[in-house]
Amino acid sequence: MLSIHLILFLAFGAVCVAGAVNLLAQTHPINSALSLIAVMAALAGEYLLLGAEFVAAVQVIVYAGAIMVLFVFTIMLLNAGEEERTKGSRVAVSFGIPGMLLGSILVGWVVLRHSGTEAVVAGALPGDPKVIGQLLFHEFLLPFEITSVLILIAIMGAVVLASKPPTAPARKVVD
Amino acid sequence: MVPLSYYLVLSGFLFACGVAGFLIKRNIITIFMSIELMLNGVNLSFVAFAAHWHAAGGETHGIVPLSGQVFVFFVMVVAAAEAAVGLAIIIAVYRTRETLNVDQVNLLKL
Repeated sequence: MLSIHLILFLAFGAVCVAGAVNLLAQTHPINSALSLIAVMAALAGEYLLLGAEFVAAVQVIVYAGAIMVLFVFTIMLLNAGEEERTKGSRVAVSFGIPGMLLGSILVGWVVLRHSGTEAVVAGALPGDPKVIGQLLFHEFLLPFEITSVLILIAIMGAVVLASKPPTAPARKVVD
Repeated sequence: MVPLSYYLVLSGFLFACGVAGFLIKRNIITIFMSIELMLNGVNLSFVAFAAHWHAAGGETHGIVPLSGQVFVFFVMVVAAAEAAVGLAIIIAVYRTRETLNVDQVNLLKL
């Protein structure tokens, strides 16, 4: 029986899978970036299905918004073109693809065998901003403060790395 | 009702796509996007487990309720910091090498 929850899961999941495969198939980075945005937007839908409404909003704002804008901006700035394909190693093809198939079949079988566990009911949303905020500022206060330091260091590092290197001072001619 | 395992299979697929892109892509920006794809796959399984333990009464097992959703925030913070620093490194590499192909970036020093 197809419930509306399962139908929505399959729809968003299909967009995720298509976007992820398209990211691999495209040669131009801007096409890959756009398919990654599609993956992130569809993942926000999956988060809503799981009851994480605040995480879904942050996913759209931070990931699909801020981070991907940074990526697209860099692609435009560096004028990135089509990537050149190089030949992969023969060992990777002859062992990697059968190994990947075997591994995915094994993992899928093990995970799906225990599929009696049910996820949250659609509509019961436990992840509203109030609950998340209380968690962040009570149980996870120390990690939260540490991440602010991390962000500060990342900002300074990005500014230092991306700034133009100072041109070498003209050598002083001593007499 | 969707079983937890469906979410885990989707999450694993996204992670595997990220790993494959990291290995086969030659453009450094696309490699970076593959890493973001891996982080997104992990985030999905965090949220799925948070919802699962919320429904299954994880408090009795000593699990802080909805901590999985808070972990997603920390992953996002790390991803944002990584994107800022990584893209700055890419710009610095491009400035000295004039290429984005990782096969041609094979020396530490010019």
